[in-house]
Amino acid sequence: MSSIPNRPISQSPDSSNPEGSVLVVGGGIAGVQAALDLANSGFFVYLVERTSAIGGSMSQLDKTYPTNDCSACILSPKLVECGRHLNIKILTLSELLSLEGEPGAFRALVRQNPRYVDPNKCIACGQCAGKCPKKVPNEFDLGLSKRKAIYLKFPQAVPLKYAIDPRYCIRLNKPGRCGLCEKICPAGAINFKDVAKEEVLNVGSVVLAPGFSPFDPSDLDFTGYGRLPNVVTSMEFERLLSPSGPCQGHLKRPSDQKVPKRIAWLQCVGSRDINRSGHAYCSSVCCMYAIKEAVIAKEDAHGDLSASIFFIDMRTPGKEFEAYYNRAIEKGISFHRARVHTVLPSQEDNNVLIRYADEHGVMREEEFDLMVLSVGLELSKEAIELADRLGVKLDPYKFIDTDVFRPVVTNRPGVYVCGAASGPKDIPRSVTDASAAALEAERILSPSRWTKTKKKVFPPERDVHAESPRVGVFVCHCGTNIASVVDVEAVRDYARGLPGVALSQDNLFTCSQDTINHMAETIRKEHLNRVVVASCTPRTHEPLFQETLRDAGINKFLFEMANIRDQDSWVHQNEPEAATEKAKDLIRMAVAKVKLHEPLPYNSVPVTKSALVVGGGVAGMNAALSLADQGFPVTLVEKKSILGGHARKFYRTWQGSIVQPYLKKIIDQVESHPKIDLRLETTVSSVEGSVGQFRTGLSDGSTVEHGVAILTVGAESYKPMGKWLYGENPNVHILLELDQIFIKDPESLKGLSQAVFIHCAGSRVPERPFCSGICCTHAITQALELKKLNPDMDIFMLYRDIRTYGQRERLYQEARSKGIIFIRYDLDHLPDVRQEGKDIVVEAEDLILERKLILHPGLLVLATGVRPRDDMGELSKLFKCSVSSDGFFLEAHMKLRPVDFATDGVYLAGLCHYPKSMDESIAQAQAAAARAAIVLSQDAVPAESITAIVDQRKCTGCGVCTHVCAYHAISIDPAVGKASVNTGLCKGCGACVAGCRSDAVTLKNIGNRQILAAVEAAMDTMDI
Amino acid sequence: MDKTSVQKKEWEPKIIAFLCNWCSYAGADLAGVSRFQYPPNIRVVRVPCSGRMSPNILLDALKAGADGVLVSGCHPGDCHYISGNLFARRRFAIFKSLIEFLGIEPGRLNFSWISAAEGEQFAKVVKEVTERVRALGPARRLVKEI
Ligand code: FES
Repeated sequence: MSSIPNRPISQSPDSSNPEGSVLVVGGGIAGVQAALDLANSGFFVYLVERTSAIGGSMSQLDKTYPTNDCSACILSPKLVECGRHLNIKILTLSELLSLEGEPGAFRALVRQNPRYVDPNKCIACGQCAGKCPKKVPNEFDLGLSKRKAIYLKFPQAVPLKYAIDPRYCIRLNKPGRCGLCEKICPAGAINFKDVAKEEVLNVGSVVLAPGFSPFDPSDLDFTGYGRLPNVVTSMEFERLLSPSGPCQGHLKRPSDQKVPKRIAWLQCVGSRDINRSGHAYCSSVCCMYAIKEAVIAKEDAHGDLSASIFFIDMRTPGKEFEAYYNRAIEKGISFHRARVHTVLPSQEDNNVLIRYADEHGVMREEEFDLMVLSVGLELSKEAIELADRLGVKLDPYKFIDTDVFRPVVTNRPGVYVCGAASGPKDIPRSVTDASAAALEAERILSPSRWTKTKKKVFPPERDVHAESPRVGVFVCHCGTNIASVVDVEAVRDYARGLPGVALSQDNLFTCSQDTINHMAETIRKEHLNRVVVASCTPRTHEPLFQETLRDAGINKFLFEMANIRDQDSWVHQNEPEAATEKAKDLIRMAVAKVKLHEPLPYNSVPVTKSALVVGGGVAGMNAALSLADQGFPVTLVEKKSILGGHARKFYRTWQGSIVQPYLKKIIDQVESHPKIDLRLETTVSSVEGSVGQFRTGLSDGSTVEHGVAILTVGAESYKPMGKWLYGENPNVHILLELDQIFIKDPESLKGLSQAVFIHCAGSRVPERPFCSGICCTHAITQALELKKLNPDMDIFMLYRDIRTYGQRERLYQEARSKGIIFIRYDLDHLPDVRQEGKDIVVEAEDLILERKLILHPGLLVLATGVRPRDDMGELSKLFKCSVSSDGFFLEAHMKLRPVDFATDGVYLAGLCHYPKSMDESIAQAQAAAARAAIVLSQDAVPAESITAIVDQRKCTGCGVCTHVCAYHAISIDPAVGKASVNTGLCKGCGACVAGCRSDAVTLKNIGNRQILAAVEAAMDTMDI
Repeated sequence: MDKTSVQKKEWEPKIIAFLCNWCSYAGADLAGVSRFQYPPNIRVVRVPCSGRMSPNILLDALKAGADGVLVSGCHPGDCHYISGNLFARRRFAIFKSLIEFLGIEPGRLNFSWISAAEGEQFAKVVKEVTERVRALGPARRLVKEI
């Protein structure tokens, strides 16, 4: 390990003048999100990535649950944004060697290993790899395919630059030999003399996002992995499914390239298994990804596939997860609650034979064509070494240790962690953590915002007014998402013949960095003045393409998308011809419309640099403090007369920390914070305005002006009145009621001889189909607490699946080792609760032993879930945000925008989003604050460009438009008696256009003319 | 596929759907993301708000040859622009009776509320509307005979 060379320190640690830059280590989705949040709120970011491209594990996945979004498709725009960001410097093939200094003034020594290809010259033409004679296992496909010694990590890699792998390159190992790539490279980019460079970076904070490694099952002999060719890991299976993987998206098994008809998934490989894998924890994500893989594989096989999942407990505790599980059951995926003992080669055909004990202990045998091991997550060796070098502590499971109440803070001040490095977690939680880490990183650096950054300047825009339309059409394959249904080439050729179309191309992934660059290039070269992209949905990808237009020097509104994926190939999977015809129609419509588009001005509104936080629970208080600490004034509104919310009743977190002292501490902080204006017993009664400038009326009659809003209104415990003797017998409680006894009078519980917990009380049933995710852990924590009070107490847990995900699994193991008895029930065998005299009688059926069990507990605890508050609907209406089918707030995108609403400038956190543990709520609150800080750190934000405009010659001054406008943006100018629009207020809804009797008002680019052009194009049945 | 080789297909209704950007268009995307299948007869025009839709455009769509029209917006109270969908509903109710008067079957004009979370509902509405319009047969009333 090298140490930092002695050079003058550029800055002394000075809290009023910290470094305005941050180091992010790891370029997976977490690192990328943290980098973007920081760079967009005024900090310069160094993004250090160990491999030759950013993207991390997410770039290897096929689809993502629970939306089945294509992983590459949703990730790609973020990677591209990172790659193009002026204030993010990506250092690939790099490692952080050491870190000296202190928060606000770190000096980080980074080594950049040689790429042997000059990234400034490489044009990624791929001729080098074509010529390179050295074939080596492709790590991106986990060795399932081969690549060359000179390679591109994956087709959408950012940066899109080749690299030479020095382990394999003939020339580098035997000087004088080979060197073919150097000869063929048309750009002269090959540099065999490249050497490692070390650099000291001055940064104020450090965010670690090294990600996870999939568990390697090679040593688990019983799985057959490594011995049997058709046993693969889940990560390998992702590659087999992926359109960019070794089978081009048409699943085949490794041994003989046959299409498998029977696939088994084996859960908990390298998880919940201290004996064989040394991993006591649950990896949290494997149940869901196995279901997803089964669903996708079955879909790809058009149903002709039998998919079986062998599991211990089915753990689907996140938002929409339980519904996803239920749909998988409906789709015919079979679920076996069983322990697999041996995996054997079958006699014929390289099939896999498995022996397992079913729930009743009966041994069974079944044959499969392919078996997938659902391997767990662990911290990579490299990440462990990194933590060691930095003096960052690990937890007992060898993940990076964090603080319960500051969930992204490590033991080393100024160093933060996000993503799966601090515990196994899925993408949304990693993204949430990443934003939270960005918040912690910028908290102390806020005085130095915008001191190290550059401003993006677009080239001047070409005036296209006088030009006749030259439309460029770009048709996307979206891997196989579109191309497996729609005949993309035919559509591309068809578009060439449309009037006004100058060129039409097809691309594998239109949103990848190289295609984007190529598109900008093409617009310039071909003098295009209108662009149509036929691909996914404008709701996610329009901004990216529009920016490309600006980069190419034309106005971004000269653009239109044809949604041929979400609204075509995905919804007409079995009608390829009709889907292809529809794609042609949609492109024809888009072309017709875009030809009538005009360049529009880029409007903006000044930002009111303060926030409104609604809800004073743990999430709300954390969100408020996170912003107030950075100097942004916050108004915190709480309905009740006290702060604290749900947490007031909460005894211990699952990590074992007592909640009340913490709660008292942050309440004090909030109450005494000079930047927080606290309004108790207050609610929101009206909301006007939009991002940058909201005006919110409160129930106390006052009005607050703010630039952003964070909704943290919490949720409620489900109280099963009249069920299971709840509300009828004094010894029947829900979880939080027992917590209150722990807080106030634990002694009273000592004398109990028997306690029973009923899990999933009122959850995962048709009336409340979702799983709250936290009740299993909470109940077990309480059972352990009872055992502590009275070790002789008999405790029975009646459960359906124990969902102690992540490191919570420890509690489950502890509970069992302490003699707490777990008895499973299912919906056909619900526990029966009745009262005999004053006694509670619980009758349950032991499904394993197949016999009845009669219990007489002195305490019955109902582990009920969390339910959304009843007034969520009103609030969502006021702020124009959505509510999901479960009744919780609906975020903008379940995977990648977990704390944003679709409405700009409004964010969410805590229980109102979905049930979650306290550390998760805090991380989410900080994440929401980080997202809000992006707006608050700007002086102005973009405002609507698509506004209404009046043709005063036609206007009769009738005034109908003024009545329908909800924003008072249109009024009759008394001087001329005609309507006129205040563009600053206009939101572009078009109500006035629809209301106008004399066709005098129109909406820019979406006027009657443009709509009609699209409609007529749709009817233009040229093909009949 | 070579189009000239295709036999003249059986009549299939063509339906124009005007979906508001904030709810129904998002709901349509969600239908895709969840792979809910529906008939390929609709062509979607994305509009900012259902309140953007005037009777004129609906008539124009029928004139242009659409066999049916669907306008879908956010649920009452959820409109991104506060009240656009309520104006739309009012206008639409009046327009529907007018259209009957013109001799156009009211079933050709359809209005629904579909939120961003209702992918399945979107697929269902499209199925229903397609079937309704199919049952009515080709719209001839407003199309100029050539
Ligand atoms: S925005 Fe959906 S109806 Fe107004």
